[in-house]
Amino acid sequence: MSFLEYNVKSTPTGWRKILHLNWALALLLVSVASVGFLMLYSVAGGSFSPWAETQMQRFALGFLAMLIVAMVPIWFWRNMSVLAYVVSLLLLLYVEFFGATGGGAQRWIDLGFMRLQPSEMAKITVVMMLAAYYDWLDLGKVSHPLFVAIPLLIIGVPVGLTFIQPDLGTSLLILMGGGAVLFMAGVHWLYFASVIALGIGAVTAVFSSRGTDWALLADYQYARIDTFLDPSSDPLGAGYHITQSQIALGSGGWTGRGFMQGTQIRGDFLPESHTDFIFPTLAEEFGFVGAASLLLLYVLILIFCIATALMARDRFASLLVMGIAVTFFLYFAVNMAMVMGLAPVVGVPLPLVSYGGSAMLVLMVAFGLVQSAHIHRAR
Amino acid sequence: MKKTQKEIEDSARMIGRRSLIVGGVFVGTGAVLAGRMRYLQVERADDFRLLAEENRINLRLLPPERGLIFDRSGVLLAGNEQNYRITLVREDAGDVDAVLDEVARLVNMDLRALERAREEIRRRPGFVPVTIADRLSWEEMSSVAVNAPALPGVNPEVGLSRAYPLGADFAHVVGYVGPVSDWYLEQTGDTDPVLQIPDFQVGRYNVEDKVEDVLRGRAGTSRVEVNASGRVMREVDRDPATPGGDVQLTVDAGLQNYVEARMSGESAGAVVMDCVSGEVLAIASAPTFDPNLFVRGISTTQWAGLNEDPYRPLANKATQGLYPPGSTYKMVVALAALEGGFITANETIPCAGSIEVGNRRFHCWRRGGHGRMNLLESLSQSCDVYYYELAQRVGIENISAMARRLGCGVRHDLPLSGIAEGLAPTMDWKRRRFDEEWVVGDTLNASIGQGFVLSSPLHLAVMTARIASGRALEPSLIRSIDGVRQGGEDAPGLGIDPAHLALVHRGMWQVSNDPRGTAYRSRTMGDAYAIAGKTGTSQVRNITAAERAAGVIRNEDLPWERRDHALFVGFAPFDNPRYAVSVLVEHGGGGSTAAAPIGRDILLRAQVGDVPPPELYPVGQRREIEAMHDSLPIFETPPVPSGRELTRA
Repeated sequence: MSFLEYNVKSTPTGWRKILHLNWALALLLVSVASVGFLMLYSVAGGSFSPWAETQMQRFALGFLAMLIVAMVPIWFWRNMSVLAYVVSLLLLLYVEFFGATGGGAQRWIDLGFMRLQPSEMAKITVVMMLAAYYDWLDLGKVSHPLFVAIPLLIIGVPVGLTFIQPDLGTSLLILMGGGAVLFMAGVHWLYFASVIALGIGAVTAVFSSRGTDWALLADYQYARIDTFLDPSSDPLGAGYHITQSQIALGSGGWTGRGFMQGTQIRGDFLPESHTDFIFPTLAEEFGFVGAASLLLLYVLILIFCIATALMARDRFASLLVMGIAVTFFLYFAVNMAMVMGLAPVVGVPLPLVSYGGSAMLVLMVAFGLVQSAHIHRAR
Repeated sequence: MKKTQKEIEDSARMIGRRSLIVGGVFVGTGAVLAGRMRYLQVERADDFRLLAEENRINLRLLPPERGLIFDRSGVLLAGNEQNYRITLVREDAGDVDAVLDEVARLVNMDLRALERAREEIRRRPGFVPVTIADRLSWEEMSSVAVNAPALPGVNPEVGLSRAYPLGADFAHVVGYVGPVSDWYLEQTGDTDPVLQIPDFQVGRYNVEDKVEDVLRGRAGTSRVEVNASGRVMREVDRDPATPGGDVQLTVDAGLQNYVEARMSGESAGAVVMDCVSGEVLAIASAPTFDPNLFVRGISTTQWAGLNEDPYRPLANKATQGLYPPGSTYKMVVALAALEGGFITANETIPCAGSIEVGNRRFHCWRRGGHGRMNLLESLSQSCDVYYYELAQRVGIENISAMARRLGCGVRHDLPLSGIAEGLAPTMDWKRRRFDEEWVVGDTLNASIGQGFVLSSPLHLAVMTARIASGRALEPSLIRSIDGVRQGGEDAPGLGIDPAHLALVHRGMWQVSNDPRGTAYRSRTMGDAYAIAGKTGTSQVRNITAAERAAGVIRNEDLPWERRDHALFVGFAPFDNPRYAVSVLVEHGGGGSTAAAPIGRDILLRAQVGDVPPPELYPVGQRREIEAMHDSLPIFETPPVPSGRELTRA
């Protein structure tokens, strides 16, 4: 089967490209998205509206976008990287001044048929931009301070813009996704060591600034950290999400309560169960078996991405695919850690499963890039 | 910039190496996530399952139906009536104000009630039914039901609330229920979950209070599944409430009604006892009040009216009020003297109107004196000097010992809120109480039921019943609980020589039947209903020297609160005593004029079992009696006994 043979000699052309898609990866994406449809149907009390149906349409749209992106040679996308990056920065600036407000943050642009979150877009465009940058840069100059400062700026601007929205979760994800590309490109490990040291220092600063005039985080962000550290301290207030989420998860047991049988969901005990907290819903109704299966699907997607990255002989393609893999990984790892009480509640959706248009479309476009790298992997 | 093959190889090697590290991070993180999943979902699954249940399941308490209270023949005294009310669910109502206005048009609601309902609706979550009007009439309820389409969110509901069909007649026996206040919870330390039910009512007075544990019942539970905002999704299971036990009292509703009616207009108390069983047949205190007021929530005006009435309708004069028993105490002294051998039936004592003891002059009520008196005459004519003499022989200790034997100065444990202990004084008591020595004058005062001696009408009824029966009867008020007969064991004998008792019976018979007897006017016709009694008049004031000098002031000329108390005790029929009565009329004047007629009428009513026919009264009084009976608020027809099964045992 041609699409799984990695050492192809020539790039397919025309309609034959379709055959060279990584169909296994596409199937995995459909599987994960189907888990999302199932859970959105259940959360709505056994109804396709208001979520499952819309989500299916978006996925179909996303799948189509993935196919289109995949057909276009990867070098075209490399040339588009700067443009994509600049557009996303402009959109971030736009929402900063004109964006619709929701949940205390200015996050999206209302396009009528969907709400576009430029911060979601930035997760991928930053990775693209960095990959293109390192593709251009001489391998020998990678660790030169000047050439480290440039990518830091590339990361820093969108991170700063998302942070002031304020959206701590997304800004952290962009930061870590971008950092991962730097790491993969071969930046000297000492930079990372010093950043980690700085990070520890920053955390200390954040905590010590609390309650003073120069407080670095908003009160609700401090509250989230507090309840993360001790959710039981305020089970009906700020800790409610985490407590109820863990109850939903834990009460699922091995095999779960059964489809549509989750009492935490039926009784509305779990807030935001169609978006950030959809994983506990799955875990409650399908138990450890269901939850671990989803984790396995995610890991398989990662494996296909890494394989694509390693097979590509193109530096841009490798870094881009690895960056996308890391971003995807961060999405689900942070979300799962958050709902299981291992990380503070920072508002990161479960990729391809949580209800939401921007993240879905952006991720599908990103997988389109992965597919493009796969199809156009021949030297 | 064109890359060399070497650069491409180097780059690929670097990416490969670093990817391996990143892959390692992936694997590590994945393992942590999977481990956490396992920990939450497998190891701690049971804990979380329990927490989920706690979230989901809410226990709703179901109020038990309060036990009923019946009279001895099954007449309902306290029942539960259906309380029609309407509730409103805000989120179903749409325009709440419009719906409320429509409701106010249909049912009788004043502006304040409307405002209260509006406030309550605002305060509660939108899905909670809020009672906007209760105690509606059937007509109001029907009009709401008919207009239901125009009243979205409005639901007619039926609840139970306590009702006392005989109203005021039984306030001093049955009492009333009231809401559970913080004060109540603190006082009783009661932790029964049933008390948390909104609008739950508990016994607050008399039998309702004292037999609360039987009447209350046990709350049922309904386990309902709720969502996060508390809305009920469905009922999971239900453990129905256990209704309270029914209580049957010894009182006779008809007799109680008659006694209350007969005393209306007076400030008075009366007790009727069965001389065979000791069962209390009536405990009445006038004036009385409507216990239903307290169930519905009494207004401050009504409360102030009851509280400030000089006749004190809220006090139970029959069991709580303590009065000097006056001459009704003379049987105690006579029996003490006979039993101690200090006097015989035939010995006479002269009465010259007064005697002097220890520098003080003690007067007989008859200024001119009675002449020579034997025991029978001393009782029937109530000669004070005879008892002054007797008391000096017998001594206070023997008198008070006899009083206690006859049930005075001891507490009788009836399930009522106010039970006075009374007082049969002793030398020791005075020393402890006043740090003063007992003087002979105290004994003389006690011999005519004055001075320190205090009794309630209940004490006097017990005394009369014991004298009549010769047995140590204890009054009882509960006949059966849930159909199980209470008490009923025979009372032991008093240990008093029957001949002595017979002598006292005879003296009491003369009180009511000898033309010179103090209660002769209040006699009955026909031996079958013959009464033996004793009148009493007790002073509530000290007669000042100035008053004495000015001559005796007639009671009628005194202000009400300084007039003498009038008392009467008696039993009937004389041959075979069945009913004992005691009557006290506060500031009624003289026992023979104010109390004896009431006592006679009560005893006749008890014996006949209905309003006594005029033939049983002396000819000259019949018209007056008939007119009186016509004017009394007596039941037209006896209340129909409730259909509920009374005896289950």
